[in-house]
Amino acid sequence: MSTVTLQHNRIELALHQLRPATGEGRPLLLLHGLGECSPTSVPHDVESWPGSIWGLDFTGHGESTIPVGGGYSAEVLLGDVDAAINHLGTVTLVGRGLGGYVALLAAGACVDAVHGAVITDGPGLTGGSYESSVPQSARLMDQGQIPDPYALHELSRDVRAADYALDFVQYSVANSDLAEPINVSALYRPTWLAEVAAAPGVASLPLADALNLYR
Amino acid sequence: MRSSLTQVESPRTFPGAVAPQRHYRVDADGVGIAVNEWGDERDPVLVMVHGGADFSRTFDVFAPLFAAAGWRVVAWDHRGHGDSDHTHLYSFEADLRDATRVLDAVAPRRPVAVLGHSKGGSILTSLAEAQPFRFRSFINLDGIPYRRPGPDLPEYQRADALNTEITGWLEHRRRSATGSRKPGTIEELARRRAQMNPRLSNEWLEYLVTVGAREDADGWRWKLDPSMRMGGFGPWKPEYGLFRLAGLGVPFLGVLVGADEPMGWGTKPHQVEKWMPRNGRLEYFDDLGHFIHIEQPKMVADMALEFLGAPA
Repeated sequence: MSTVTLQHNRIELALHQLRPATGEGRPLLLLHGLGECSPTSVPHDVESWPGSIWGLDFTGHGESTIPVGGGYSAEVLLGDVDAAINHLGTVTLVGRGLGGYVALLAAGACVDAVHGAVITDGPGLTGGSYESSVPQSARLMDQGQIPDPYALHELSRDVRAADYALDFVQYSVANSDLAEPINVSALYRPTWLAEVAAAPGVASLPLADALNLYR
Repeated sequence: MRSSLTQVESPRTFPGAVAPQRHYRVDADGVGIAVNEWGDERDPVLVMVHGGADFSRTFDVFAPLFAAAGWRVVAWDHRGHGDSDHTHLYSFEADLRDATRVLDAVAPRRPVAVLGHSKGGSILTSLAEAQPFRFRSFINLDGIPYRRPGPDLPEYQRADALNTEITGWLEHRRRSATGSRKPGTIEELARRRAQMNPRLSNEWLEYLVTVGAREDADGWRWKLDPSMRMGGFGPWKPEYGLFRLAGLGVPFLGVLVGADEPMGWGTKPHQVEKWMPRNGRLEYFDDLGHFIHIEQPKMVADMALEFLGAPA
Protein backbone atom coordinates (compact mmCIF):
# COMPACT_ATOMS: atom_id res chain seq x y z
CA MET A 1 0.00 0.00 0.00
CA SER A 2 1.30 3.45 -0.88
CA THR A 3 -0.13 6.77 0.31
CA VAL A 4 -0.32 10.23 -1.21
CA THR A 5 -1.19 13.35 0.77
CA LEU A 6 -3.77 15.69 -0.71
CA GLN A 7 -4.70 19.19 0.40
CA HIS A 8 -8.35 20.07 1.02
CA ASN A 9 -8.47 23.59 2.37
CA ARG A 10 -6.38 23.29 5.58
CA ILE A 11 -6.87 19.54 5.86
CA GLU A 12 -4.24 17.07 4.71
CA LEU A 13 -5.96 13.97 3.40
CA ALA A 14 -4.42 10.51 3.19
CA LEU A 15 -5.28 8.76 -0.06
CA HIS A 16 -4.06 5.14 -0.09
CA GLN A 17 -3.43 3.08 -3.16
CA LEU A 18 -4.48 -0.43 -2.12
CA ARG A 19 -3.54 -2.04 -5.40
CA PRO A 20 -2.30 -0.91 -8.84
CA ALA A 21 -4.43 -1.69 -11.88
CA THR A 22 -4.42 -5.27 -13.05
CA GLY A 23 -6.07 -4.48 -16.35
CA GLU A 24 -7.81 -1.71 -18.23
CA GLY A 25 -10.16 0.63 -16.48
CA ARG A 26 -10.60 3.61 -14.24
CA PRO A 27 -9.74 3.75 -10.54
CA LEU A 28 -12.11 2.45 -7.89
CA LEU A 29 -12.26 4.73 -4.84
CA LEU A 30 -13.45 3.25 -1.55
CA LEU A 31 -15.10 5.58 0.99
CA HIS A 32 -15.20 4.27 4.54
CA GLY A 33 -18.02 4.48 7.06
CA LEU A 34 -18.30 6.80 10.06
CA GLY A 35 -15.51 6.11 12.55
CA GLU A 36 -13.64 3.80 10.19
CA CYS A 37 -10.67 4.43 7.95
CA SER A 38 -9.52 3.15 4.59
CA PRO A 39 -8.79 -0.58 4.51
CA THR A 40 -5.11 -1.46 4.21
CA SER A 41 -5.68 -4.16 1.62
CA VAL A 42 -8.21 -4.78 -1.11
CA PRO A 43 -11.53 -6.07 0.28
CA HIS A 44 -12.37 -9.41 -1.29
CA ASP A 45 -15.68 -8.21 -2.71
CA VAL A 46 -14.00 -5.64 -4.99
CA GLU A 47 -10.97 -7.77 -5.98
CA SER A 48 -12.33 -8.32 -9.49
CA TRP A 49 -12.08 -4.59 -10.32
CA PRO A 50 -9.49 -4.30 -13.12
CA GLY A 51 -8.40 -0.71 -12.49
CA SER A 52 -6.39 0.59 -9.56
CA ILE A 53 -8.08 0.51 -6.15
CA TRP A 54 -7.80 3.37 -3.68
CA GLY A 55 -9.09 4.21 -0.20
CA LEU A 56 -9.52 7.72 1.19
CA ASP A 57 -9.31 8.65 4.87
CA PHE A 58 -11.97 11.30 5.47
CA THR A 59 -11.21 14.44 7.48
CA GLY A 60 -10.75 13.51 11.14
CA HIS A 61 -10.27 9.82 10.33
CA GLY A 62 -7.30 7.50 9.75
CA GLU A 63 -4.15 9.37 8.73
CA SER A 64 -5.95 12.58 7.68
CA THR A 65 -5.81 15.79 9.72
CA ILE A 66 -7.81 16.03 12.95
CA PRO A 67 -9.41 19.51 12.77
CA VAL A 68 -9.34 21.78 15.80
CA GLY A 69 -12.76 22.24 17.40
CA GLY A 70 -14.95 20.13 15.13
CA GLY A 71 -17.39 21.65 12.62
CA TYR A 72 -18.02 18.58 10.42
CA SER A 73 -20.67 18.10 7.78
CA ALA A 74 -21.23 15.53 5.05
CA GLU A 75 -20.60 18.40 2.63
CA VAL A 76 -17.05 18.84 3.99
CA LEU A 77 -16.47 15.14 3.23
CA LEU A 78 -17.78 15.79 -0.28
CA GLY A 79 -14.91 18.29 -0.55
CA ASP A 80 -12.56 15.48 0.54
CA VAL A 81 -13.82 13.29 -2.33
CA ASP A 82 -13.45 16.19 -4.74
CA ALA A 83 -9.78 16.48 -3.73
CA ALA A 84 -9.30 12.75 -4.39
CA ILE A 85 -11.02 13.02 -7.76
CA ASN A 86 -8.75 15.91 -8.73
CA HIS A 87 -5.83 13.56 -8.12
CA LEU A 88 -7.25 10.37 -9.67
CA GLY A 89 -9.44 11.65 -12.49
CA THR A 90 -12.74 9.92 -13.21
CA VAL A 91 -13.48 7.22 -10.64
CA THR A 92 -16.12 4.73 -9.63
CA LEU A 93 -17.12 5.10 -5.98
CA VAL A 94 -18.03 2.44 -3.43
CA GLY A 95 -19.09 3.89 -0.10
CA ARG A 96 -19.83 2.20 3.21
CA GLY A 97 -22.43 3.82 5.44
CA LEU A 98 -21.63 7.52 5.72
CA GLY A 99 -19.22 7.01 2.82
CA GLY A 100 -22.18 5.78 0.77
CA TYR A 101 -24.09 8.98 1.48
CA VAL A 102 -21.02 11.04 0.53
CA ALA A 103 -20.68 8.94 -2.64
CA LEU A 104 -24.23 9.93 -3.54
CA LEU A 105 -23.41 13.62 -2.98
CA ALA A 106 -20.32 13.24 -5.18
CA ALA A 107 -22.31 11.50 -7.91
CA GLY A 108 -24.44 14.62 -8.19
CA ALA A 109 -21.82 17.29 -7.44
CA CYS A 110 -18.99 15.85 -9.58
CA VAL A 111 -21.09 14.13 -12.23
CA ASP A 112 -18.42 14.27 -14.96
CA ALA A 113 -15.83 12.58 -12.71
CA VAL A 114 -17.97 9.92 -11.05
CA HIS A 115 -18.71 6.89 -13.22
CA GLY A 116 -21.09 5.14 -10.89
CA ALA A 117 -21.58 5.38 -7.14
CA VAL A 118 -22.41 2.30 -5.07
CA ILE A 119 -24.00 2.73 -1.64
CA THR A 120 -23.43 -0.18 0.74
CA ASP A 121 -24.22 -0.88 4.38
CA GLY A 122 -21.91 0.50 7.03
CA PRO A 123 -21.58 2.84 10.01
CA GLY A 124 -23.30 6.19 9.60
CA LEU A 125 -25.72 5.10 6.91
CA THR A 126 -28.70 6.36 8.87
CA GLY A 127 -27.37 9.80 9.79
CA GLY A 128 -29.41 12.01 12.08
CA SER A 129 -33.10 12.69 11.84
CA TYR A 130 -34.98 13.60 8.68
CA GLU A 131 -35.58 17.05 10.10
CA SER A 132 -33.48 19.18 12.38
CA SER A 133 -33.19 17.67 15.85
CA VAL A 134 -32.34 19.40 19.12
CA PRO A 135 -28.94 21.02 18.60
CA GLN A 136 -26.13 19.65 20.71
CA SER A 137 -23.35 21.65 22.26
CA ALA A 138 -21.91 19.27 24.82
CA ARG A 139 -18.16 19.47 25.29
CA LEU A 140 -16.36 16.30 24.29
CA MET A 141 -13.51 15.58 26.62
CA ASP A 142 -11.46 13.12 24.61
CA GLN A 143 -10.34 15.36 21.78
CA GLY A 144 -7.23 14.75 19.72
CA GLN A 145 -7.93 11.06 19.27
CA ILE A 146 -8.39 9.16 16.02
CA PRO A 147 -11.06 9.13 14.78
CA ASP A 148 -11.95 12.57 16.03
CA PRO A 149 -14.76 12.37 18.63
CA TYR A 150 -16.33 15.46 17.04
CA ALA A 151 -16.48 13.60 13.72
CA LEU A 152 -18.35 10.75 15.41
CA HIS A 153 -20.65 13.17 17.23
CA GLU A 154 -21.47 15.59 14.44
CA LEU A 155 -21.55 13.22 11.48
CA SER A 156 -23.88 10.83 13.29
CA ARG A 157 -26.40 13.65 13.68
CA ASP A 158 -26.42 15.35 10.27
CA VAL A 159 -29.85 15.91 8.79
CA ARG A 160 -30.65 13.40 6.02
CA ALA A 161 -33.58 14.98 4.28
CA ALA A 162 -34.82 12.80 1.43
CA ASP A 163 -35.66 15.74 -0.83
CA TYR A 164 -32.08 17.01 -0.49
CA ALA A 165 -30.65 13.58 -1.35
CA LEU A 166 -33.02 13.35 -4.32
CA ASP A 167 -31.68 16.63 -5.73
CA PHE A 168 -28.29 14.92 -6.07
CA VAL A 169 -29.90 11.86 -7.64
CA GLN A 170 -31.80 14.01 -10.11
CA TYR A 171 -28.72 15.94 -11.22
CA SER A 172 -26.64 12.80 -11.52
CA VAL A 173 -29.23 10.91 -13.55
CA ALA A 174 -29.89 13.89 -15.83
CA ASN A 175 -26.23 14.54 -16.59
CA SER A 176 -24.39 11.22 -16.36
CA ASP A 177 -23.44 9.08 -19.34
CA LEU A 178 -24.81 6.11 -17.44
CA ALA A 179 -28.48 5.17 -17.46
CA GLU A 180 -28.23 4.24 -13.78
CA PRO A 181 -25.32 6.17 -12.25
CA ILE A 182 -26.27 5.33 -8.67
CA ASN A 183 -26.63 1.86 -7.21
CA VAL A 184 -28.03 1.02 -3.80
CA SER A 185 -26.55 -2.27 -2.60
CA ALA A 186 -27.33 -1.60 1.05
CA LEU A 187 -29.66 -4.10 2.68
CA TYR A 188 -30.82 -1.61 5.28
CA ARG A 189 -32.53 1.45 3.82
CA PRO A 190 -33.37 4.34 6.11
CA THR A 191 -36.02 6.72 4.76
CA TRP A 192 -33.65 8.90 2.73
CA LEU A 193 -32.07 5.85 1.12
CA ALA A 194 -35.39 4.11 0.43
CA GLU A 195 -36.48 7.20 -1.51
CA VAL A 196 -33.16 7.32 -3.37
CA ALA A 197 -33.46 3.63 -4.26
CA ALA A 198 -36.97 4.17 -5.61
CA ALA A 199 -35.97 7.10 -7.82
CA PRO A 200 -35.68 6.71 -11.61
CA GLY A 201 -32.10 6.06 -12.67
CA VAL A 202 -31.09 4.29 -9.47
CA ALA A 203 -30.27 0.58 -9.59
CA SER A 204 -30.45 -1.84 -6.68
CA LEU A 205 -27.95 -4.51 -7.66
CA PRO A 206 -25.66 -6.47 -5.33
CA LEU A 207 -22.16 -4.97 -5.13
CA ALA A 208 -20.55 -7.48 -7.54
CA ASP A 209 -23.17 -6.82 -10.21
CA ALA A 210 -22.94 -3.06 -9.70
CA LEU A 211 -19.18 -3.19 -10.24
CA ASN A 212 -19.75 -5.11 -13.48
CA LEU A 213 -22.19 -2.41 -14.53
CA TYR A 214 -19.70 0.41 -13.92
CA ARG A 215 -16.53 -1.41 -15.08
CA MET B 1 -10.26 29.76 30.22
CA ARG B 2 -9.76 33.53 29.81
CA SER B 3 -6.68 35.40 28.73
CA SER B 4 -6.40 39.17 28.34
CA LEU B 5 -5.50 40.84 25.07
CA THR B 6 -4.08 44.24 24.30
CA GLN B 7 -6.34 46.70 22.49
CA VAL B 8 -4.91 48.62 19.56
CA GLU B 9 -6.23 52.13 19.19
CA SER B 10 -8.24 52.70 16.02
CA PRO B 11 -6.89 55.35 13.62
CA ARG B 12 -10.47 56.48 12.89
CA THR B 13 -13.30 57.62 15.13
CA PHE B 14 -17.06 57.57 14.67
CA PRO B 15 -19.64 59.57 16.64
CA GLY B 16 -20.82 57.46 19.58
CA ALA B 17 -18.39 54.61 18.93
CA VAL B 18 -16.66 53.33 22.05
CA ALA B 19 -13.98 50.62 22.08
CA PRO B 20 -14.73 47.73 24.44
CA GLN B 21 -13.57 48.15 28.04
CA ARG B 22 -12.43 44.51 28.27
CA HIS B 23 -11.04 42.22 25.62
CA TYR B 24 -9.99 38.61 26.25
CA ARG B 25 -10.02 35.15 24.73
CA VAL B 26 -12.00 32.07 25.65
CA ASP B 27 -10.78 28.62 24.65
CA ALA B 28 -13.43 26.75 22.69
CA ASP B 29 -12.02 23.25 22.25
CA GLY B 30 -8.75 24.62 20.92
CA VAL B 31 -10.27 27.52 18.97
CA GLY B 32 -9.50 30.90 20.56
CA ILE B 33 -12.65 33.02 20.69
CA ALA B 34 -12.13 36.78 21.09
CA VAL B 35 -14.59 38.38 23.52
CA ASN B 36 -15.33 42.08 23.94
CA GLU B 37 -17.18 43.68 26.83
CA TRP B 38 -18.69 47.09 27.45
CA GLY B 39 -20.01 48.30 30.81
CA ASP B 40 -19.42 47.58 34.46
CA GLU B 41 -18.31 44.00 35.08
CA ARG B 42 -20.67 43.78 38.08
CA ASP B 43 -23.78 44.60 36.02
CA PRO B 44 -26.15 41.91 34.71
CA VAL B 45 -25.00 40.30 31.47
CA LEU B 46 -26.53 41.12 28.10
CA VAL B 47 -25.10 38.95 25.34
CA MET B 48 -24.90 40.33 21.80
CA VAL B 49 -24.25 37.96 18.89
CA HIS B 50 -23.20 39.33 15.50
CA GLY B 51 -24.22 38.06 12.08
CA GLY B 52 -22.34 36.21 9.34
CA ALA B 53 -19.25 37.98 7.95
CA ASP B 54 -19.55 40.56 10.74
CA PHE B 55 -17.67 40.82 14.03
CA SER B 56 -18.36 42.03 17.55
CA ARG B 57 -16.89 45.49 17.04
CA THR B 58 -19.86 46.25 14.78
CA PHE B 59 -21.56 46.85 18.16
CA ASP B 60 -19.19 49.76 18.99
CA VAL B 61 -22.03 52.30 18.88
CA PHE B 62 -24.94 50.04 19.85
CA ALA B 63 -23.42 48.25 22.87
CA PRO B 64 -22.39 51.37 24.82
CA LEU B 65 -26.04 52.50 24.85
CA PHE B 66 -26.88 49.38 26.87
CA ALA B 67 -23.76 49.70 29.05
CA ALA B 68 -24.90 53.21 29.97
CA ALA B 69 -28.28 51.74 31.00
CA GLY B 70 -26.70 49.30 33.46
CA TRP B 71 -25.91 46.24 31.37
CA ARG B 72 -22.61 44.37 31.07
CA VAL B 73 -22.58 43.75 27.33
CA VAL B 74 -20.66 40.65 26.23
CA ALA B 75 -20.03 40.01 22.53
CA TRP B 76 -17.60 37.68 20.79
CA ASP B 77 -16.24 37.12 17.32
CA HIS B 78 -17.43 33.85 15.80
CA ARG B 79 -14.68 31.41 14.86
CA GLY B 80 -12.97 32.68 11.70
CA HIS B 81 -14.34 36.20 12.24
CA GLY B 82 -12.76 39.31 13.76
CA ASP B 83 -10.02 38.50 16.26
CA SER B 84 -11.05 34.88 16.83
CA ASP B 85 -8.91 32.05 15.52
CA HIS B 86 -9.19 30.77 11.99
CA THR B 87 -9.62 27.02 12.10
CA HIS B 88 -10.10 23.98 9.88
CA LEU B 89 -13.87 23.67 9.78
CA TYR B 90 -16.86 25.97 10.22
CA SER B 91 -20.44 24.98 10.90
CA PHE B 92 -23.57 26.30 12.54
CA GLU B 93 -23.35 23.67 15.28
CA ALA B 94 -19.72 24.60 15.95
CA ASP B 95 -20.84 28.22 16.34
CA LEU B 96 -23.43 27.06 18.89
CA ARG B 97 -20.78 25.15 20.80
CA ASP B 98 -18.42 28.14 20.80
CA ALA B 99 -21.27 30.29 22.15
CA THR B 100 -21.71 27.95 25.10
CA ARG B 101 -18.00 28.18 25.91
CA VAL B 102 -18.26 31.97 26.16
CA LEU B 103 -21.46 31.76 28.19
CA ASP B 104 -19.81 29.24 30.51
CA ALA B 105 -17.01 31.75 31.03
CA VAL B 106 -19.19 34.80 31.75
CA ALA B 107 -22.43 33.38 33.18
CA PRO B 108 -22.20 29.65 33.86
CA ARG B 109 -25.62 27.97 34.18
CA ARG B 110 -27.21 31.36 34.78
CA PRO B 111 -29.96 32.86 32.61
CA VAL B 112 -28.93 36.03 30.77
CA ALA B 113 -30.55 38.48 28.38
CA VAL B 114 -29.48 37.89 24.78
CA LEU B 115 -29.66 39.85 21.54
CA GLY B 116 -28.73 38.45 18.15
CA HIS B 117 -28.49 40.13 14.78
CA SER B 118 -29.05 38.20 11.54
CA LYS B 119 -27.24 34.82 11.79
CA GLY B 120 -26.60 35.71 15.44
CA GLY B 121 -30.37 35.67 15.96
CA SER B 122 -30.56 32.24 14.33
CA ILE B 123 -27.73 30.91 16.48
CA LEU B 124 -29.54 32.07 19.60
CA THR B 125 -32.85 30.62 18.41
CA SER B 126 -31.21 27.20 18.11
CA LEU B 127 -29.32 27.59 21.37
CA ALA B 128 -32.60 28.45 23.10
CA GLU B 129 -33.85 24.97 22.21
CA ALA B 130 -30.57 23.22 23.07
CA GLN B 131 -29.92 25.01 26.36
CA PRO B 132 -32.96 27.05 27.44
CA PHE B 133 -31.59 27.42 30.97
CA ARG B 134 -29.17 30.04 29.67
CA PHE B 135 -31.93 32.45 28.55
CA ARG B 136 -33.66 35.22 30.48
CA SER B 137 -35.05 37.18 27.51
CA PHE B 138 -34.30 37.23 23.80
CA ILE B 139 -34.18 39.96 21.16
CA ASN B 140 -33.80 38.91 17.53
CA LEU B 141 -32.85 41.65 15.03
CA ASP B 142 -33.79 40.50 11.51
CA GLY B 143 -32.51 37.00 12.20
CA ILE B 144 -35.64 34.96 11.48
CA PRO B 145 -35.21 33.02 8.23
CA TYR B 146 -38.21 32.27 6.10
CA ARG B 147 -37.21 31.85 2.48
CA ARG B 148 -34.44 29.58 1.27
CA PRO B 149 -31.14 31.18 0.21
CA GLY B 150 -31.28 32.18 -3.41
CA PRO B 151 -34.39 32.64 -5.51
CA ASP B 152 -37.39 30.42 -5.07
CA LEU B 153 -37.28 27.93 -7.92
CA PRO B 154 -39.65 25.37 -9.37
CA GLU B 155 -38.85 21.76 -8.49
CA TYR B 156 -37.31 20.86 -11.86
CA GLN B 157 -34.75 23.69 -11.62
CA ARG B 158 -33.74 23.09 -8.03
CA ALA B 159 -31.13 20.40 -8.71
CA ASP B 160 -29.49 22.62 -11.36
CA ALA B 161 -29.30 25.54 -8.95
CA LEU B 162 -27.91 23.32 -6.22
CA ASN B 163 -25.25 22.00 -8.56
CA THR B 164 -24.23 25.52 -9.59
CA GLU B 165 -23.83 26.42 -5.91
CA ILE B 166 -21.86 23.27 -5.14
CA THR B 167 -19.59 23.71 -8.15
CA GLY B 168 -18.71 27.21 -6.95
CA TRP B 169 -18.12 25.94 -3.43
CA LEU B 170 -15.86 23.10 -4.56
CA GLU B 171 -13.84 25.47 -6.75
CA HIS B 172 -13.42 27.72 -3.74
CA ARG B 173 -12.32 24.78 -1.56
CA ARG B 174 -9.67 23.82 -4.12
CA ARG B 175 -7.88 27.15 -3.80
CA SER B 176 -8.76 28.19 -0.25
CA ALA B 177 -5.75 26.47 1.37
CA THR B 178 -3.49 29.25 0.19
CA GLY B 179 -5.95 32.11 -0.28
CA SER B 180 -5.66 35.48 1.39
CA ARG B 181 -7.89 38.53 1.38
CA LYS B 182 -7.20 41.32 -1.08
CA PRO B 183 -5.28 44.20 0.51
CA GLY B 184 -6.27 47.82 0.09
CA THR B 185 -6.53 51.20 1.70
CA ILE B 186 -9.11 51.94 4.37
CA GLU B 187 -11.17 53.69 1.72
CA GLU B 188 -10.96 50.75 -0.70
CA LEU B 189 -12.04 48.20 1.89
CA ALA B 190 -14.91 50.48 2.93
CA ARG B 191 -16.03 50.74 -0.70
CA ARG B 192 -15.98 46.96 -1.06
CA ARG B 193 -18.04 46.51 2.08
CA ALA B 194 -20.50 49.14 0.88
CA GLN B 195 -21.63 46.61 -1.74
CA MET B 196 -22.97 44.47 1.14
CA ASN B 197 -23.93 47.45 3.30
CA PRO B 198 -25.28 50.03 0.82
CA ARG B 199 -27.40 51.77 3.44
CA LEU B 200 -24.54 52.45 5.85
CA SER B 201 -22.46 55.65 5.75
CA ASN B 202 -18.98 55.76 4.34
CA GLU B 203 -17.77 57.25 7.61
CA TRP B 204 -19.05 54.19 9.51
CA LEU B 205 -17.65 51.71 7.01
CA GLU B 206 -14.21 53.33 7.16
CA TYR B 207 -14.34 53.15 10.95
CA LEU B 208 -15.34 49.50 10.64
CA VAL B 209 -12.25 48.79 8.54
CA THR B 210 -10.01 50.07 11.32
CA VAL B 211 -11.56 47.72 13.91
CA GLY B 212 -12.36 44.74 11.68
CA ALA B 213 -9.35 44.62 9.38
CA ARG B 214 -5.63 44.43 10.08
CA GLU B 215 -2.93 46.56 8.57
CA ASP B 216 -0.23 44.56 6.79
CA ALA B 217 2.81 45.93 4.99
CA ASP B 218 0.89 45.94 1.68
CA GLY B 219 -2.35 47.38 3.03
CA TRP B 220 -5.45 46.57 5.11
CA ARG B 221 -7.15 43.17 4.97
CA TRP B 222 -10.44 42.09 6.51
CA LYS B 223 -9.72 39.60 9.28
CA LEU B 224 -12.49 37.24 8.15
CA ASP B 225 -10.97 33.85 7.28
CA PRO B 226 -10.54 33.78 3.48
CA SER B 227 -11.41 30.08 3.46
CA MET B 228 -14.99 30.99 4.42
CA ARG B 229 -17.47 31.66 1.65
CA MET B 230 -20.79 33.45 1.66
CA GLY B 231 -23.87 31.41 0.87
CA GLY B 232 -23.72 27.66 1.11
CA PHE B 233 -25.85 24.61 0.70
CA GLY B 234 -27.01 21.66 2.71
CA PRO B 235 -30.16 20.01 3.96
CA TRP B 236 -31.07 23.10 6.00
CA LYS B 237 -34.60 24.51 5.75
CA PRO B 238 -35.97 27.80 7.07
CA GLU B 239 -38.71 25.91 8.90
CA TYR B 240 -36.07 24.66 11.32
CA GLY B 241 -35.79 28.19 12.70
CA LEU B 242 -39.52 28.81 12.76
CA PHE B 243 -40.54 25.82 14.84
CA ARG B 244 -37.86 26.72 17.36
CA LEU B 245 -39.21 30.25 17.47
CA ALA B 246 -42.63 28.90 18.36
CA GLY B 247 -41.10 26.91 21.21
CA LEU B 248 -39.30 29.76 22.94
CA GLY B 249 -40.13 29.90 26.63
CA VAL B 250 -38.73 33.33 27.53
CA PRO B 251 -39.93 36.87 26.67
CA PHE B 252 -39.12 37.42 22.98
CA LEU B 253 -38.86 40.55 20.83
CA GLY B 254 -38.52 39.96 17.10
CA VAL B 255 -37.61 42.82 14.79
CA LEU B 256 -38.10 42.67 11.01
CA VAL B 257 -37.30 45.26 8.35
CA GLY B 258 -38.71 46.17 4.96
CA ALA B 259 -35.83 47.71 3.00
CA ASP B 260 -34.32 45.27 0.53
CA GLU B 261 -30.52 44.95 0.52
CA PRO B 262 -27.92 42.27 -0.34
CA MET B 263 -27.42 40.95 3.19
CA GLY B 264 -31.11 41.14 4.13
CA TRP B 265 -33.22 38.08 4.70
CA GLY B 266 -36.48 39.51 3.36
CA THR B 267 -38.67 37.93 6.05
CA LYS B 268 -42.03 39.66 6.38
CA PRO B 269 -44.29 39.80 9.46
CA HIS B 270 -47.13 37.75 7.94
CA GLN B 271 -44.67 34.88 7.38
CA VAL B 272 -43.60 34.83 11.01
CA GLU B 273 -46.69 35.85 12.97
CA LYS B 274 -48.18 32.37 13.16
CA TRP B 275 -44.90 31.04 14.58
CA MET B 276 -44.56 33.60 17.35
CA PRO B 277 -44.05 32.16 20.85
CA ARG B 278 -46.60 32.81 23.60
CA ASN B 279 -44.35 35.46 25.17
CA GLY B 280 -43.51 37.03 21.82
CA ARG B 281 -43.73 40.49 20.33
CA LEU B 282 -42.97 41.38 16.74
CA GLU B 283 -41.95 44.84 15.48
CA TYR B 284 -41.66 45.78 11.81
CA PHE B 285 -39.86 48.77 10.28
CA ASP B 286 -40.76 49.10 6.62
CA ASP B 287 -38.21 51.82 5.80
CA LEU B 288 -35.16 50.41 7.58
CA GLY B 289 -32.63 47.81 6.47
CA HIS B 290 -31.00 44.63 7.73
CA PHE B 291 -28.45 46.55 9.84
CA ILE B 292 -31.18 48.41 11.70
CA HIS B 293 -29.10 48.65 14.89
CA ILE B 294 -26.41 50.51 12.97
CA GLU B 295 -28.82 52.67 10.97
CA GLN B 296 -30.84 53.68 14.05
CA PRO B 297 -28.87 52.64 17.15
CA LYS B 298 -30.66 54.94 19.60
CA MET B 299 -34.17 54.02 18.46
CA VAL B 300 -33.43 50.27 18.51
CA ALA B 301 -31.64 50.49 21.86
CA ASP B 302 -34.55 52.41 23.42
CA MET B 303 -37.00 49.79 22.17
CA ALA B 304 -34.80 46.94 23.39
CA LEU B 305 -34.17 48.54 26.79
CA GLU B 306 -37.87 49.07 27.29
CA PHE B 307 -38.48 45.41 26.39
CA LEU B 308 -35.69 44.15 28.67
CA GLY B 309 -36.79 46.18 31.67
CA ALA B 310 -34.49 46.92 34.58
CA PRO B 311 -31.15 45.06 34.35
CA ALA B 312 -31.18 43.80 37.93
